[in-house]
Amino acid sequence: MPERRTAPDEMISREEVRHLADLARIDLSDAELDHLAPQLAVILDSIKSINEVAAADVPPTSHALPLSNVFREDVVVPGLTAEEALSGAPEVEERRFSVPRILGEEA
Amino acid sequence: MTDLTRRTAADLADALASGETSSVELTQAHLDRITAVDGAVRAFLHVDAEGALEQARAADERRAAGTPASGLDGVPIAVKDVLTTKGLPTTCGSRILEGWMPPYDATAVAKLRTAGLPILGKTNMDEFAMGSSTEHSAYGPTHNPWDLDRIPGGSGGGSAAAVAAFEAPLALGTDTGGSIRQPGAVTGTVGVKPTYGGVSRYGLVALANSLDQVGPVTRTVLDSALLHEVVGGHDPRDSTSLDQPVPALVDAARQGASGDMTGVRIGVVKELTGEGYQAGVQARFDETVQLLVEAGAEVVEVSCPTFVHALATYYLILPAEASSNLAKFDAMRYGLRVYPDGIDAPSAEEVMRATRDKGFGDEVKRRIILGTYALSSGYYDAYYGQAQKVRTLISRDFAAAFEKADVLVSPTAPTTAFKLGEKLDDPVAMYLNDLATIPANLAGVPGISVPSGLAEEDGLPTGFQVLAPALGDDRVYRVGAAAEALLTERWGGPLLDRAPDLAAKEAVR
Repeated sequence: MPERRTAPDEMISREEVRHLADLARIDLSDAELDHLAPQLAVILDSIKSINEVAAADVPPTSHALPLSNVFREDVVVPGLTAEEALSGAPEVEERRFSVPRILGEEA
Repeated sequence: MTDLTRRTAADLADALASGETSSVELTQAHLDRITAVDGAVRAFLHVDAEGALEQARAADERRAAGTPASGLDGVPIAVKDVLTTKGLPTTCGSRILEGWMPPYDATAVAKLRTAGLPILGKTNMDEFAMGSSTEHSAYGPTHNPWDLDRIPGGSGGGSAAAVAAFEAPLALGTDTGGSIRQPGAVTGTVGVKPTYGGVSRYGLVALANSLDQVGPVTRTVLDSALLHEVVGGHDPRDSTSLDQPVPALVDAARQGASGDMTGVRIGVVKELTGEGYQAGVQARFDETVQLLVEAGAEVVEVSCPTFVHALATYYLILPAEASSNLAKFDAMRYGLRVYPDGIDAPSAEEVMRATRDKGFGDEVKRRIILGTYALSSGYYDAYYGQAQKVRTLISRDFAAAFEKADVLVSPTAPTTAFKLGEKLDDPVAMYLNDLATIPANLAGVPGISVPSGLAEEDGLPTGFQVLAPALGDDRVYRVGAAAEALLTERWGGPLLDRAPDLAAKEAVR
């Protein structure tokens, strides 16, 4: 068995959900964690059967109808103007997206 | 002239061509209907009366000059709020995009404009198309016109309810796991998921790129074919768009309407009937198959053993793709920006976290976290990798089944419309609604849902699903139209004639 399989039997913990939300850049409150963590455990339980279905030699499908070598002519076509691109921005400054500070205080 | 709203799009196109009515009159009639009933149905998130009437006037001018832009020029339409519309808000049913005005049109929308269809407004949906009931819309649920206390299906419940309530003759939907077909089934309307790549996804705010398809939502099979021919076809702006001509769908629908099924082999999918299907849903399905057999079809039972794993496969692939797609909602370039409480000069990342917490609803959070989990190291092979392999097996099951049958059939949804709120906090029960529709998305094949009657136990609509091999969209129209013709003849008129009178209900309130 060259393929390593993790046995995903264990229920997902509250801490694990907190960590995943952190990776996904979502601030979850304690109340939300209480609400969502048990639901996620149930969902995971309902899909874990997938682990045993396909043999190792079955090729994966990422697209049902894969196309290859999709090219177009290298010609200039009109795109969005700066005004259009900025039209939905929460904050704009000097025709640019204005964003909060990116670096930490200590940087 | 409320009568105009009861007519099919095909009929309205003829009425426009003959000069019996004008697009302005027609569009106004639908706007009036929206005013009368949408307070109760809530199919629309945004109505564009002024824009629609302006487009209608232009359509009338083209008709008067003898240069209509298309057969459907002047027939109004509603658009699911997941397709970008220049100058019209596009929210995807989410707070994070509240009030967002896209600077461009989706290709499907651009094709509607080119063909001259006035856009009445944008229809409600589950947030980012995640759901089967529209209850996950941040703007409140849509109500089923058959029973206002029940769900209209989802995610495209708004589009289905709009056509079922005669607020629009046509609508566009999107189908990732059944979001066109399941609402069609529970509202007594018609919905088609085209072959993957058959309609451009450019400007469709992606839920799961490898599964999403734009398609028609209508009251008749012929109307779906007419709309499908308008929006279908190759688009260089979508790299997954098929570079092939759209099959002759209107011809197929007309051929099917003759009711002759001689020589057509119909495969009943063993795994998509029986246990788990409501008795009345199953009974209407069996009857429809019988009618097709009486019309000359040959029926065979086929087995697709991997389909029992389709739901689990879908709920790994979809969240994985969705968690990656929704990363773009970062509060920087468009959409909502929320500053966290109690932090002076918060960083971009802190703003992002606060915004995504406030801007996304529960179901979106559940799926993002699930997708992040499925893609994380240590679990990738066991979950996402496995799901991709099972996807291959599901496609192989379809291929084997289509050796034995020209089309496959099943009930569209396992139950009729359930009560609003009933499954809201039980995600797994909610996911089961898409049991029969998901395999088609995983394999990229086309499917249609047509009304098959009312379930005896609750008097609510049921749907009949027809699936065909990739690029065989014409087959779903032919068999769908045949089922529709045979059933309508038996009922003595369209199923929707039996739906309650909403305008009268409103007047009583």
